[in-house]
Amino acid sequence: MSMINYASREINCKIVYYGPGLGGKTTNLEYIYQKVTPDTRGKLISLATETERTLFFDFLPVDLGTIRGFKTRFHLYTVPGQVYYNASRKLILKGVDGVVFVADSQVERLDANIEAMHNLYENLAEYGYDLRQIPFVIQYNKRDLPNVSPVDELDQHLNPDRVPSYEGVAPKGVGVFDTLKAVAKLVIKSLG
Amino acid sequence: MTPGGAPSWSFGPSDSQRIEEILSNLLYESNARCALLVDRTGQLVTTVGEQPNFDSAAFASLTAADFSANDQLATLIGEEEFSSLFHQGRNESMYLADVGKRLILVVLFNQQTTLGLVRIKIKDAVIGLNKAFEDVFGRAEDEEGPALERGFVDEAEDEIDRLFRE
Repeated sequence: MSMINYASREINCKIVYYGPGLGGKTTNLEYIYQKVTPDTRGKLISLATETERTLFFDFLPVDLGTIRGFKTRFHLYTVPGQVYYNASRKLILKGVDGVVFVADSQVERLDANIEAMHNLYENLAEYGYDLRQIPFVIQYNKRDLPNVSPVDELDQHLNPDRVPSYEGVAPKGVGVFDTLKAVAKLVIKSLG
Repeated sequence: MTPGGAPSWSFGPSDSQRIEEILSNLLYESNARCALLVDRTGQLVTTVGEQPNFDSAAFASLTAADFSANDQLATLIGEEEFSSLFHQGRNESMYLADVGKRLILVVLFNQQTTLGLVRIKIKDAVIGLNKAFEDVFGRAEDEEGPALERGFVDEAEDEIDRLFRE
């Protein structure tokens, strides 16, 4: 639910990183936080457990600057990957403008990816949103590991509609900005 | 607005003026320091009173999360909702109240006033805000807001390329 505030001339858009546990959602945000110019980003908020598993969400606001008189900002969120935090995952999806699904490419995580994707569809449906109508991109993360599934196979299971997808190695930043740029542009197009 | 996605809503200068009047009046009558309106998705709508010296984007996002988590707690104990929350600090306290299930009013106050007074005045303000936002959302469903200037998308895309790179 992008909010266009004509009084203060601001546009805020919410992008949510979704996916199975330990897939690299938080790592994506941490990389973005480190690499964007400090004056364009706010504080990275992490509501995590003592073992650094996301408990509620991570949050990073990034300013695009003033575009045609509107201060334009993206709010990036991650959700907890672990299944038993579904209540938190659903809350974060409220008002989402764009979704990034961060898949774990390792062969043994295929079922977890599929389960998380189903869960994403279900949680969005509960708000009356249809993922096929929302700006949506996929990142196949952890491509540097030895036991990864081929991208074709991942596409077959996770990407039947062939939305834009990117290969990633999030700790090194590979694919992180390509993914973010793609979803951000889709969100902006949906406003125009 | 994205079909099938989340509806957008827009907020013009006259809405803003009406809402800020309600909030200013609330601050005057309750002697609280600052009032913020946050939407349930975690975005800051407006701030009235002393300008906060904290990261307001983070504050708005955490406020929405706080309220949402407490909604779930309410459901678990068999309540439909908690329509207000109160957080007490040694010096600074905050009172949060639901506005039409779509926004949250947050009032920051210190020992120069009392919880009882703040609570009574917030109730009045919430009635006024509910009415104001019924009009905002009623209109949002009927019609789109003014269109963004032509060229907005192209310019934003250029800026995305410039900002999101190594």
